[in-house]
Amino acid sequence: MKAHQRKLDIKNGCIDLSHGSGGRAMSQLISGLFHEAFGNEWLARGNDQSAFDVGGGRMVMTTDGYVVSPLFFPGGNIGSLAVHGTVNDIAMAGARPLYLSASFIIEEGFRFSDLKRIAESIGEAARVAGVYIITGDTKVVERGKADGLYISTAGVGVLTDGLDLSAEKARVGDRVLISGTLGDHGVAIMSKRQNLAFETDVVSDSASLHDLVAEMVAAGRKGIRLMRDPTRGGFAATLNEIAHQSGVGFRLQEETIPVKPAVAAACELLGLDPLYVANEGKLVAIVSPDVAEGVLAAMKAHPLGRDSADVGEAVADDHHFVQMTTSFGGGRIVDWLSGEQLPRIC
Amino acid sequence: MKYADEFRDKEIALGLAKAIRSEADSQRPYRFMEFCGGHTHAISRYGLEDMLPKNVRMIHGPGCPVCVLPAGRIDMAIRLAERPEVILCIYGDLMRVPGSQGASLLKAKARGGDIRMVYSTVDAIRIAEQNLEREVVFFAIGFETTTPPTAVVIRLAEKKRLGNFTVFCNHVLTPPAMQNILESPDIRNIGRVEIDGFVGPAHVSIVIGTEPYEFCAEEFGRPVVISGFEPLDMMQAILMLVRQVNEHRHQVENQYSRAVTREGNLRAKEEVSDILEPRDQFEWRGLGLVPYSGLKLKRTYARFDAEIRFGMNELRVADNPACECGMILRGVKKPVDCKLFGTVCMPETPMGSCMVSCEGACAAHWTYGRFRDHQQRRAS
Repeated sequence: MKAHQRKLDIKNGCIDLSHGSGGRAMSQLISGLFHEAFGNEWLARGNDQSAFDVGGGRMVMTTDGYVVSPLFFPGGNIGSLAVHGTVNDIAMAGARPLYLSASFIIEEGFRFSDLKRIAESIGEAARVAGVYIITGDTKVVERGKADGLYISTAGVGVLTDGLDLSAEKARVGDRVLISGTLGDHGVAIMSKRQNLAFETDVVSDSASLHDLVAEMVAAGRKGIRLMRDPTRGGFAATLNEIAHQSGVGFRLQEETIPVKPAVAAACELLGLDPLYVANEGKLVAIVSPDVAEGVLAAMKAHPLGRDSADVGEAVADDHHFVQMTTSFGGGRIVDWLSGEQLPRIC
Repeated sequence: MKYADEFRDKEIALGLAKAIRSEADSQRPYRFMEFCGGHTHAISRYGLEDMLPKNVRMIHGPGCPVCVLPAGRIDMAIRLAERPEVILCIYGDLMRVPGSQGASLLKAKARGGDIRMVYSTVDAIRIAEQNLEREVVFFAIGFETTTPPTAVVIRLAEKKRLGNFTVFCNHVLTPPAMQNILESPDIRNIGRVEIDGFVGPAHVSIVIGTEPYEFCAEEFGRPVVISGFEPLDMMQAILMLVRQVNEHRHQVENQYSRAVTREGNLRAKEEVSDILEPRDQFEWRGLGLVPYSGLKLKRTYARFDAEIRFGMNELRVADNPACECGMILRGVKKPVDCKLFGTVCMPETPMGSCMVSCEGACAAHWTYGRFRDHQQRRAS
């Protein structure tokens, strides 16, 4: 007798509770849909865990959860976002990402065709990033108990060249570099929200940044103090965190901060500030002034860093304020975000 | 960004700042109240205070509808949301407004109240159509700018014969509040606060026109300059006020002539007066009961009035005695004069209403301007 008597009906079928029960239906889902999309030698062995070799150096580990709504948005979906987000968390340590896990919590009634698209996006994003999904899990919950699909990931990578980037390392005089335009992801998501829908050609910037990071590390070496990807809470939240962890202040020049006109216009309309809107394919780097120019040039030479800019510097400030000279000429604080600017952005 | 960047031009701003500096008499103070929260926000967001001479001071007025909403009205809304049949539709910035004893709509939602954030009145109608077995209440709030959409949605509900849609009306009016400030003892008798002129509302004036402010110039002898919300609009309006003061004039001038006329939007005004009428009085946080300053549904539309449908009793709640929102809203005190400011009262945990909305005087100063307090302390 064959293990699975009837093929999954991807076109018309949907998840039912049996797909999470640990039985034959679940096994069929995993092999017929997930393995198909991002299978590899580790997954093929069908264990609940995978053993892997790590070369020399220190290991880096991260974990992340994805609850974005809507699941599909201009420039990606929850699957590609999960890979990019996890890879970037590892990359911000200056590390090379290697292996990911992916755990799926799926709502009863979720369409196979949507799940397949998402799984294929995961496979594609992993291939492009050169990482492997080597273990996973599938759970199904009753209708109404989850909003379609949640993904939870973990990732490991290695640090081979003695780098030790960390948020407490910013020093007075350091430069603040960002790798491109701010707010693209958040605006792309908002444009598809049911109660907010508006027409825009802005697409999410969701992308894996470890290649860009490798170029930056090669150019800046020990002059790079730290890197962060400004996701929820945007650039403003990231800089405030760094200011507090490093015990410095920052002074920014609004004129130098790149924002796409369409993003600026959407934010204007919605009463939002692009500095607080989420990014999924951008990084903030704090670098010592002597390497700033070289690192910035390396960033601009990379396709994911074309619009990179030097937007300000770390200053001595007991209050750890992030201050900005507005393009209008006045001064203001760029404070932490209070409350939710927009929930479920990633 | 077309049609916005033109009004944020640095070079023109510097020119206007220079003109204000040279024309303002350094021997006298100029104290101007910007009534609108939108103006308060623009001042902070663009750092306009840095561009004005020291003797030109902006006083942040009560023109933030969320900030002046008394805690009792929030408590009333929470009670409404606790009813199992009710879906309460609100604008997002109402979520964190403090009611009595630390209550808020955000907490009521977490406890199971069906409270939904909407971006327009029409969203509330859609929710009512999709939930015919439930009672959908729209929490209407705002000055004259947001009143026409509320009137329109009531008319729409009537047209669609929606029996499950009502409005909890908290709309307030600008001119009675300006009059109340000018008549308050702080200004008339004690002389604790001087107001040399008003930066008049932008969007409100698009609806009501410039005519309703003429009493302010004629009866109270204070100049009013209606100003747009962009930073260049404000700089120009301030310069126009300085000139009026210097020339001992008190007129209503219109800087925002690209959008505001003397008559306002006749269609919108008609729509509002068809459906809504003034209340005898309405409570404002900070100002207390202000005669004829709030709106309610006319008797012919009573079936869409949530206060009638649900027999809601007016609740009155005393503000935290240490909170200085009232004095701040009248321009008597500044945010930093309040003991709660920045200690227990912060945007995440607002004690008073001025800290809730980004248009509130305290929240604007905390979010954008508090670095100046430290600079001033250092300098002194």
